[in-house]
Amino acid sequence: MTYDVTLQNITKTYEKGAIKAVKNVSLQIEKGELFGLIGPDGAGKTSIFRILTTLLLPDEGMANVNGLDVVSDYKEIRKRVGYMPGKFSLYQDLSVEENLKFFATLFDTTIEENYDIIKDIYVQIEPFKTRAAGQLSGGMKQKLALCCAMIHRPSVLFLDEPTTGVDSVSRKEFWNMLKKLKAQGITILVSTPYMDEATLCERIALIQEGEIMSVDTPQNIIDQYPMPLYKVKSDKMSLLLKDLRTLSYVTSAMSFGEFHHITFNSKTDESAQLLEDLKHHEKLECLPTRATVEDCFIHLMQNNVHAE
Amino acid sequence: MQNKVITTTNLTKQFGDFTAVDHISFEVNKGEIFGFLGANGAGKTTAIKMLCGLSNPTSGEATIAGCDIYKETEKIKQRIGYMSQKFSLYEDLTVIENIRFFAGIYGLTDQEIKEKGNALIENLGMQDSMHKMVGSLPLGWKQKMAFSVAVLHEPQIVFLDEPTGGVDPVTRRQFWDLIYNASDRGITVFVTTHYMDEAEYCNRVSMMVDGRIAALDTPDQLKSYYNATSMDEVFFELARGAKRGE
Repeated sequence: MTYDVTLQNITKTYEKGAIKAVKNVSLQIEKGELFGLIGPDGAGKTSIFRILTTLLLPDEGMANVNGLDVVSDYKEIRKRVGYMPGKFSLYQDLSVEENLKFFATLFDTTIEENYDIIKDIYVQIEPFKTRAAGQLSGGMKQKLALCCAMIHRPSVLFLDEPTTGVDSVSRKEFWNMLKKLKAQGITILVSTPYMDEATLCERIALIQEGEIMSVDTPQNIIDQYPMPLYKVKSDKMSLLLKDLRTLSYVTSAMSFGEFHHITFNSKTDESAQLLEDLKHHEKLECLPTRATVEDCFIHLMQNNVHAE
Repeated sequence: MQNKVITTTNLTKQFGDFTAVDHISFEVNKGEIFGFLGANGAGKTTAIKMLCGLSNPTSGEATIAGCDIYKETEKIKQRIGYMSQKFSLYEDLTVIENIRFFAGIYGLTDQEIKEKGNALIENLGMQDSMHKMVGSLPLGWKQKMAFSVAVLHEPQIVFLDEPTGGVDPVTRRQFWDLIYNASDRGITVFVTTHYMDEAEYCNRVSMMVDGRIAALDTPDQLKSYYNATSMDEVFFELARGAKRGE
């Protein structure tokens, strides 16, 4: 197996060690893989991205991109990677086309030379190519930033929370674009706080407070959820949640959209007992359900699990 | 009539020849959790600014917490609370300093500030952090604190603009517990979010598309009307038809 990105026991602290942003993280990302770093704000995702893009030095550990060391070979790595930071970082007062031209020039290339790689995405914003980047809508800014990150034909693409604050329609579109890029053989490392996006990656790492809790395919992570999970609903969901938490045989009760997800203390199905105990609720249902990545994340978080 | 804390009739905001908010009419009840959804650029922020008394409508009418949206904007501001993901608290003030500052602005007495401030810190279990700078707190704590500060003066309505963006899944749910508690106390909660599971937690949800309210109902009714299994599908169905550049 060829790995395109590797992290070995990477640690990063800030403020003279007072803040431990990344704690002994090891990861391997295969060539051509669409890999997701899934976790909330403050989990350490951005620090990992900045270390891999040679913008930050790790305190400890080693990291490689394209077989190059992030510390000693930083100049070469910068030529080969594309980076879309979490914060919109293009020149707001340059036009769409000027921004793209600027980034192409920085990397000693031209829009024409690499047009094929950005074409699918760029045609969507090309009608606005004379508009200042600052005047674009959120979805268009995101597309332009992706084009600028790719115009030099990088072999690895780092996308830091590209869909944060973006509505769910634009998010779906963005993931479709990523799939197409992946088909061109580009290795993509993408981070997101939206757990529902995890299933769109080939493999994911669940990260929390600087530590990786699990690394696997989304399917395997879901399959490893350790106990039977049930979904419960009634016509009074807020009250139902409180009532569920008073039942001695219920271990955990969490809201999940239109249902609450619960687990029982034992592996036995207590749903008949539950329906009896909560019969003052109308339209009460309790059915087995499949875990989502978010259920797994919460489980790992609450049990303080760390990957090797 | 007294049960309606927000009433708008053909509320409209134009910027030049661009109609950001286009004749929206709706009502929100006291104590209701009202989800205000829409794609980026649909006009949500512009609408919220008008409802908070920060921006004058071009035309239409509205009453917010019993106050007229044109003539009584200062009164509106006293009767509402507001928090957003971007700015809510001063990062370089401590927890307790932020509480004192905002409570002072809303005109609470020293005695009230002391009592309510202590209760807030206790409810959130932040006794050990009360003298820490807010900037040093984890995001989830900040957001729970920002919400508690926004309702400290017991406003009639609290406006929440993407309060849970980027927050971890456990804290996100604790945040909703706070929302339910506020609603149980009779505070109306007006909330925007990009998490479609959170749309399910609202009593009613409106969907803005191209400046108009394209749909408004309970999550169950919306799903049944659009023959969808989740609010995500409802959203997709509605927002897909948007013509604005998103």
